[in-house]
Amino acid sequence: MRMIKFLLLAILLAPFVAHSSGQEVKLDKAPIDRGDKESLQRGAKSFVEYCLTCHGANFMRYNRHRDIGLSEEDIRADLIRTGQKTGDLMEAAMRKKEAEGWFGVTPPDLSVIARARGADWLYTYLRTFYQDTSTYSGWNNLIFDKVAMPHVLHHLQGWQTLDAGTRNLILTRPGTMTKEEYDRFVADLVNYMVYLGEPHASYRKELGITVLLFLFGMLGLTYLLKKEYWRDIH
Amino acid sequence: MSKQQNSMMEWIDKRFPLTATWKAHLSEYYAPKNFNFWYYFGSLALLVLVNQLLTGIFLTMSYKPDASMAFASVEYIMRDVDLGWLIRYMHSTGASMFFVVVYLHMFRGMLYGSYRKPRELLWLIGMAIFFVLMSLAFTGYILPWGQMSYWGAQVIVSMFGAIPVIGDTLSNWILGDFMLSDAALNRFFAYHVVTLPWLIVVLVFVHIIALHETGSNNPDGIEIKANKNPDTGIPVDGIPFHPYYTVKDIFGVIGFLIVFCGIIFFAPEMGGYFLEDNNFIPANPLHTPDHIAPVWYFTPYYSMLRAVTVNFLGVDAKLWGVILMAAAVVIFCFLPWLDRSPVKSIRYKGPYFKFALTLFVISFFVLGWLGTKSPTPLYTLLAQIFTVIYFAFFLLMPWYSKIDKTKPEPKNVTK
Repeated sequence: MRMIKFLLLAILLAPFVAHSSGQEVKLDKAPIDRGDKESLQRGAKSFVEYCLTCHGANFMRYNRHRDIGLSEEDIRADLIRTGQKTGDLMEAAMRKKEAEGWFGVTPPDLSVIARARGADWLYTYLRTFYQDTSTYSGWNNLIFDKVAMPHVLHHLQGWQTLDAGTRNLILTRPGTMTKEEYDRFVADLVNYMVYLGEPHASYRKELGITVLLFLFGMLGLTYLLKKEYWRDIH
Repeated sequence: MSKQQNSMMEWIDKRFPLTATWKAHLSEYYAPKNFNFWYYFGSLALLVLVNQLLTGIFLTMSYKPDASMAFASVEYIMRDVDLGWLIRYMHSTGASMFFVVVYLHMFRGMLYGSYRKPRELLWLIGMAIFFVLMSLAFTGYILPWGQMSYWGAQVIVSMFGAIPVIGDTLSNWILGDFMLSDAALNRFFAYHVVTLPWLIVVLVFVHIIALHETGSNNPDGIEIKANKNPDTGIPVDGIPFHPYYTVKDIFGVIGFLIVFCGIIFFAPEMGGYFLEDNNFIPANPLHTPDHIAPVWYFTPYYSMLRAVTVNFLGVDAKLWGVILMAAAVVIFCFLPWLDRSPVKSIRYKGPYFKFALTLFVISFFVLGWLGTKSPTPLYTLLAQIFTVIYFAFFLLMPWYSKIDKTKPEPKNVTK
């Protein structure tokens, strides 16, 4: 019987244990805090300013940002650039056809990109662009080889090149931000994209605690009920 | 009951056997009193089925089975539909948990010999439910139209293409197109929300009717009907299903819901096992992902599909893989006739059976784990070894179960 219970436990836990996969370039851990509303607000502004020109977030509505502590007025003033209404979806400023002409591909929608790639991947990706004359855009990336996107944040981070021997990135010309400032900037942006991927996530967890507390209470009650009914069975 | 209620029941009973049905299937259906932990999973499977049917209806109200809109409509459900995220996670988690409880339910049958005479047909109906469940999972996984939906389906459809002569025609006929496209999405949606749910509900009904005809097996694997109280005609070891097992199952349901809700509210992707990362990228027929893996419940069979690497007997390796994979599922149907042991339950079976079953469980897990990995020469070799073990469990059973040293069964059920 003990072996059987052990097997059962193994079945239930198997999904956790089996999750691991090799990655060639080590990803940096994104220093993000999903509960930090100021970080999310900074990230939202940067997202609108730098990403939303080419990428859309077509599943997200502007007024949803009340989740992260912005009022309708804030949303209108800080996030909306192109005269849309607050109930509109966050569409890219650039038209698809134009984008395809410039980059060769349509820039992917970013609504759920954090769920597909993971926060650490995004955090690493946005910090590991380097100059590469062999590519079409003149930029390349450590974890996304021959990426079509040019490094749109280079004036903030500065210009990096790849040391072919050590595979390290070297800053050849500084941008307007220090390394710490830029890392913080990217962390805010990634934090926002994680929020963007699943805006209800914090509410989900809050509700989950209530639901589980209720169920644990019910577990006790139903156990007592069962015991009472089974009193006469031997 | 009040006088009014009594006359009401009389009125109904003359027109529909309500009281008789209630008695036959609940209050006077006698189940063995020694059900243990493993006997929760049947009623839990029913619970998950109801969960899938109900949440499915609400998803259908907002989902769009159109290749250009499907992905966006799922995100619409997640964001703009009130509590849509909860309904969707209940459905997606329910799909995986359906397999968890059904696999455990089947394993229970293997532990206690529930497939043996007189329950062969009950077991076969159960297997039919399992096949329909697999089809439901497959057609349902296509609907979000993400990269894994698309390329996972592509793998399955290409299996039909491996059939000689008619393969290509068959896969075109299934898809309604020369490639996986909007036409296929639309018809798979029809199967997923109409044909298959209807089939599974009918089969579950038939499964329960068959169960109540033979009566439940139990952890001792003895027939409680063989030992009846001569005065009442009720099995000595039997207790009425209602209220005893209804209250016990309610406790089981709450325990299950704690696990279920823990996943829904705190880990809906289950680390990429219930909802795969790549499925958050919209389907792109022009871009094959580096690594295609089905959802965890299909990975043992996926491993077997990939395990065959050589052509032999003039048949293509891929076709052998498909045959092996199909055989791995269908072979469960033969268990009632493969098992030649004089006893049913593992409690009285000998060391050979215990050893074989343990190896089988290990091979199932290892194959499942390998199915989530990209193949390497070592992994492929492991998959081949464990595929052989998997089949040996079934094919050698007539011999090892017969010569095994069994213990005598008790006359009455034990605790």
